[in-house]
Amino acid sequence: MRQMSQVARSSAGDPMTPHPVMIRRIIWENDDTFTLTIDPSDEMEGYQFLPGQFNMVYVYGIGEAAISISSNPSRTGTLDHTIHRVGTVTTALAQKKRGDMIGLRGPYGSSWPIDIARGKDVCIVSGGIGLAPLRPVIYTLLAERAAYGRIIVLYGGRSPLDLLYRVELEKWANEHNIEVLVTVDRGDSSWKGHIGVVTALFSYIKLDARATVAYVCGPEIMMKYTLNELDRRGLAPDQVYLSMERNMKCAIGICGHCQFGPTFICKEGPVYPLPRVRALLDRKEL
Amino acid sequence: MEKENLVDILQQHPFLLGLSDEHMQTLVGCASNVRFNEGAYVIREGELANSFYLIRTGRVALEMDMPGRAGLRIQTTGAGEILGWSWLISPYRWHFNGIAVADTRAIALDGECLRRKCEEDPVFGYDLLKRLAQVMERRLEATRLQLLDLYGTTASGVGA
Amino acid sequence: MVAIDVEGFDHVLRALQARGYSLLGPIYREGAIVIDAIASVHDLPRGYVDTQAPASYSVTRNDDEALFGFVLGPVSWKKFLYPPRLKLFSMTRSGKGFEVSPNETPEVPKYACIGIRPCELQAIAIQDKIFSDGQYTDPVYSSVRKQLFTVVVQCARPAGNCFCASMNTGPKAYGGYDLALTEILHDDSHYFVVDAGSGAGNELLAEIPHRPATEVDIERANTVTRSAAEQLTKSMETTDLPRILNESFEHPLWDDIARRCLSCANCTLVCPTCFCSTVEDVTDLTGAHAERWRRWDSCFTSDFTRIAGGNIRMSTRTRYRQWLTHKVGYWVDQFGTSGCVGCGRCITWCPVGIDLTVEVRKFRDSHTMQS
Repeated sequence: MRQMSQVARSSAGDPMTPHPVMIRRIIWENDDTFTLTIDPSDEMEGYQFLPGQFNMVYVYGIGEAAISISSNPSRTGTLDHTIHRVGTVTTALAQKKRGDMIGLRGPYGSSWPIDIARGKDVCIVSGGIGLAPLRPVIYTLLAERAAYGRIIVLYGGRSPLDLLYRVELEKWANEHNIEVLVTVDRGDSSWKGHIGVVTALFSYIKLDARATVAYVCGPEIMMKYTLNELDRRGLAPDQVYLSMERNMKCAIGICGHCQFGPTFICKEGPVYPLPRVRALLDRKEL
Repeated sequence: MEKENLVDILQQHPFLLGLSDEHMQTLVGCASNVRFNEGAYVIREGELANSFYLIRTGRVALEMDMPGRAGLRIQTTGAGEILGWSWLISPYRWHFNGIAVADTRAIALDGECLRRKCEEDPVFGYDLLKRLAQVMERRLEATRLQLLDLYGTTASGVGA
Repeated sequence: MVAIDVEGFDHVLRALQARGYSLLGPIYREGAIVIDAIASVHDLPRGYVDTQAPASYSVTRNDDEALFGFVLGPVSWKKFLYPPRLKLFSMTRSGKGFEVSPNETPEVPKYACIGIRPCELQAIAIQDKIFSDGQYTDPVYSSVRKQLFTVVVQCARPAGNCFCASMNTGPKAYGGYDLALTEILHDDSHYFVVDAGSGAGNELLAEIPHRPATEVDIERANTVTRSAAEQLTKSMETTDLPRILNESFEHPLWDDIARRCLSCANCTLVCPTCFCSTVEDVTDLTGAHAERWRRWDSCFTSDFTRIAGGNIRMSTRTRYRQWLTHKVGYWVDQFGTSGCVGCGRCITWCPVGIDLTVEVRKFRDSHTMQS
């Protein structure tokens, strides 16, 4: 009898097969974080994504990693993936050069609901690489600036040299239509900005609790403290969104790895309205 | 500076929110308006700690002297926040440097004066202590989070 | 309803083969009843009977003529619908990059599954919801499933760990099959009462020598399944189970279970609805050729929840909690039904005999006492 295990699949439209794409550009953000840019039209015509979504990035013969898309959704021909080198696949990606080929499939997951922020203030709170899936939000808001109230970006990094997107942060900080507060865990004599946890930045801004939407992304502990802070300032939970992370193998809801209680982070997440996950966040080893 | 003006300024500061008029009068006797240019040392490690600063505008970075290494800065305190409680705790010496990283205006409260008023009026003293305890708790919590190095190599971002 | 004899049943198998189906059915091998390719009724485990208890399984053979005197074994139909190892794609190096290898053999097996137990039929329906009905479908599962011909055999007796009735999955299947057979052994006669549940089933039956089932036949068939139901010794009350487990997240009972559980993953392997998988990327020695394989995984493995920073579920306690809570709790939120069909395999093949019907009862009782 034929062995089932030998059946292969067609690549066209198969949900688990990556598309080979070429790396157009690599920027090193800090010692262990880099941004890979590819042009999706190479092999993925009509590719579009929403802020908050992610791709599965494939290294030939090694494996895949779920990486948030960090570029401007309205710019065709450019897809940025800001990657933290922490494991086998991301270390392999870190060794790639411009012109090398990687695999891509996506986009997957839920997105930051930006239309609900129209007419309201937006407070973006991020830590470390958590700024990556939020950068597309900032671009989208700025592209239609008049549609939103205040835009406040709070960002915390390890040290001044570890901050992501420093040129852009500087540019945004100098503009009048967006408030950017940056802090680091430790600084040096050349750093004139804030030093401390990102939640300490809340002391320096006043939020209109009834008319503010918050988007939060970063290490889980940082997010939990941020949620407490937002709660203290009177934001209703349904005005707060966060991005969760779990182990992913398939990104299409059938491998079971990304389950967070009853929800599949690859399908219903990674972006969640706070009420959906508040109780789950308090559970140890869920 | 006029005493009434100082009271106005003190009443605006978040640290003293809700302080009774009576206690405000107790406090203002120790207060003076101060200003530091960017780069100036507000406090110096090892020196006598005799001031309690309520920062109005600007930013002060806490720094430790380390041999062979340029000062490591571990926290900033800014507008609406406070600097220093070593004036309250014997031997009344600063444990850090405090450097203004921006032009900074503050109200300085004389340490000895404050200590005396706390002894004379324990109710006032306890109120002040409660406020300080809250700040200390938040600072400790923040410091512990910083200690966790959340954004380091093992921190999470979406990735493998 | 019609009646066919054993020869008629063999005729059914041959008619299926003539239609191009590969037959899968129960066979006896190395001390167990497993599912594999069969060619005729003679391959079926005639006379075999299984005895199951927590952490215990044995098979004996007697002089019985019954073809389906056993209940079920460690292998479930998911082995064929959702194979333990499956190549997802292969790539070859090309210039500076690589390209996806062209489709090798798109041939998808056409299976006729002979001897599906009612609980197993429900397990297939449950897996349909995961692999066929979601936003993304598994192409292999879907194509095998579409061509599947299902021949259910109603249960004449339960195995020691069965609790299908309380899960509403047996011992009788009422629909969702192509054909359903009830084996009748009465005095010297040995035949099957057959119900066609689909157009394909009807069409096939039309070719088989048969006679209409009489009232006596039907009554005998009903007696068989009724008697099976009466012999069940286990049950699991499912009312409010998701909420009860949700409110028992830090219950000390989990520690009690963890003291016994070996985290061996047997339960997930034998469970007909467990679907977790992982991927393995491999290359040949020169790196000229790379493949990705999907293989079964288990939430009991230590690295199952690994992210940068460590494993989310770090202990047997929390991994067992995940498995059970998912199976009878979260599953309802995710797919609208329980994930458990009451087949009892996890109880039989757990080396330490953890019985989820017993554990669930403890959670329920404890919960009732608190409220």
